[in-house]
Amino acid sequence: MAGTLEWDELAGRTGPAIRTENLTRDFGRVRAVDNLSLEVPPGIVFGFLGPNASGKTTTINLLLGLLEPGSGRAEVLGFDTCAQADEVRARAGALLEHDGLYEQMSAWDNLEFYARIWHIPRAERAARIEELLRQMEVWDRREERVATWSRGMKQKLALARALLHRPPLVFLDEPTAGLDVVSAAGLREDLAALAAREGVTVFLTTHNMTEAEKLCQRVAVIRQGKLLAVGHPDDLRTHTGSPQVEINGSGFSEQVLDHLRARPEVSAVETRDGGLIVHLRGDADTGPLVSLMVNEGANIEEVRRGKASLEDVFLTLMEEDR
Amino acid sequence: MINDILTVMWKERKGIFRQRGSRTRALLTMLVPVAMVAVYFPWQMGLGWVETYWSLVACVIVPMLTVGITVPDAIAGEREHHTLATLLASRLSDRAILFGKFGLAVTYGWVSTVVVLILALVTLHIAHWDGEIMFYQPSIFLTDLLFGFLISTLVTGLGVLFSLRSATVQEAQQMLMAVVMFPPLVLGVLGTFLLGQVAGLRQTVGDVVSAIGGTQLVLIVAGVLLLLSLLLLATAMARFRRSRLTMS
Repeated sequence: MAGTLEWDELAGRTGPAIRTENLTRDFGRVRAVDNLSLEVPPGIVFGFLGPNASGKTTTINLLLGLLEPGSGRAEVLGFDTCAQADEVRARAGALLEHDGLYEQMSAWDNLEFYARIWHIPRAERAARIEELLRQMEVWDRREERVATWSRGMKQKLALARALLHRPPLVFLDEPTAGLDVVSAAGLREDLAALAAREGVTVFLTTHNMTEAEKLCQRVAVIRQGKLLAVGHPDDLRTHTGSPQVEINGSGFSEQVLDHLRARPEVSAVETRDGGLIVHLRGDADTGPLVSLMVNEGANIEEVRRGKASLEDVFLTLMEEDR
Repeated sequence: MINDILTVMWKERKGIFRQRGSRTRALLTMLVPVAMVAVYFPWQMGLGWVETYWSLVACVIVPMLTVGITVPDAIAGEREHHTLATLLASRLSDRAILFGKFGLAVTYGWVSTVVVLILALVTLHIAHWDGEIMFYQPSIFLTDLLFGFLISTLVTGLGVLFSLRSATVQEAQQMLMAVVMFPPLVLGVLGTFLLGQVAGLRQTVGDVVSAIGGTQLVLIVAGVLLLLSLLLLATAMARFRRSRLTMS
């Protein structure tokens, strides 16, 4: 199969799946991607996080060779995205902003079309389409026009299409955007299972931090085209998010909060769902804080130490960049 | 490359006229003109339909309508339905996509012209049957085939260019129809008026046509149409580029 050869090619490669050096792209006066330099190791799910209009989709378009950079360069699977854009597209799969499905055609015909595009031999085409449709649990509806499907099912089919030719690298542009909670969770499960089974490198853009936390082994945070941070989610939490203590109970008066804020080891205090989140400076001991609160009349039911979530890290980075 | 072009044509064939309402719109648009050239004209003209160049009317009107409906669906439709970006992110070359869409539109235009010419023959036999099979004179039939193809190519070229500039299928269809229908209509009305008003003009035109000769006149017009078609195809090739389409 055509994809097998490409997979063998990738297996022989030692370099990163994606490498960009000072990649920059302007649209008129707006700088969509600003000196972006990053490396994506092969075989991982890489999360590219950022708010709306932060340059995520433009970056994918640049990496697929659909747009040319104003300056800087990018290599995908060892190929230059300007000079060898055809080679990049011949090896990568993509699920872009829109699912890109032909709604008046059946699910089978949608996959058949792309199987022909990828030159999957006729003998293997049907088996591969069946394999993916069964994995996505839409096999029984393969002859229906896609227009009659739910958004979640369409996204599953689009994901199957992106993986059809067994690409070593897949670009997924906000694949769960617009899905309800159940469909999004289902798609995430499918995505994680497929990525593991097919050993594919996934470049995933999202502004959903939970999604990134669950799926990604490495994340980059981008804002207004600029890279703010990159690393393993745990590393980002360590370096960017402060340690925190979640305290549940009652009697958290303004006086209690003021006394907490006055403590040198406390950087911030916020109330959440009736409890408190106390952000600490360094690895401070929580015992004195609990004593202080009890002495002030608070009733403490539970104290839980935790790390900042990826969402906290993201919000901190956004705030710092402002 | 050939395989990729055939793949795009396969998809176009599968997907064409399947958008909601497009089949009905196509049928309604084509009903009256096709009835005119496939039924009314042969019914009224009898043998004159197969022995004169009147059948060329079918070779102008039918491809204009068929292609005018299919090309915007194939190109502006991809943008309108958000399928173009995914197609451009695939391994297909720009030219394979363009030629695939171009090829199917020309094929549709040409085949539908031949079908209408055959329908006209059926009408002729029903209305004027005298015990003998009637068919177009060979030179006329060849001219019909040639012009059906050239008009299909010309309108496809125009359709691609308008579709690249249009956000929706409807916008592209309206612009294309206005351009391909309006000039022939104006020229026809103007020509008829002048031939009736200017003394001796009919005679002069007749003399010029006789001097050039029927075959040569056909070849000259065919050459002009071919040249225009190639020019439009070259322009379409220059404009149908990923970087342009991704930004639009």
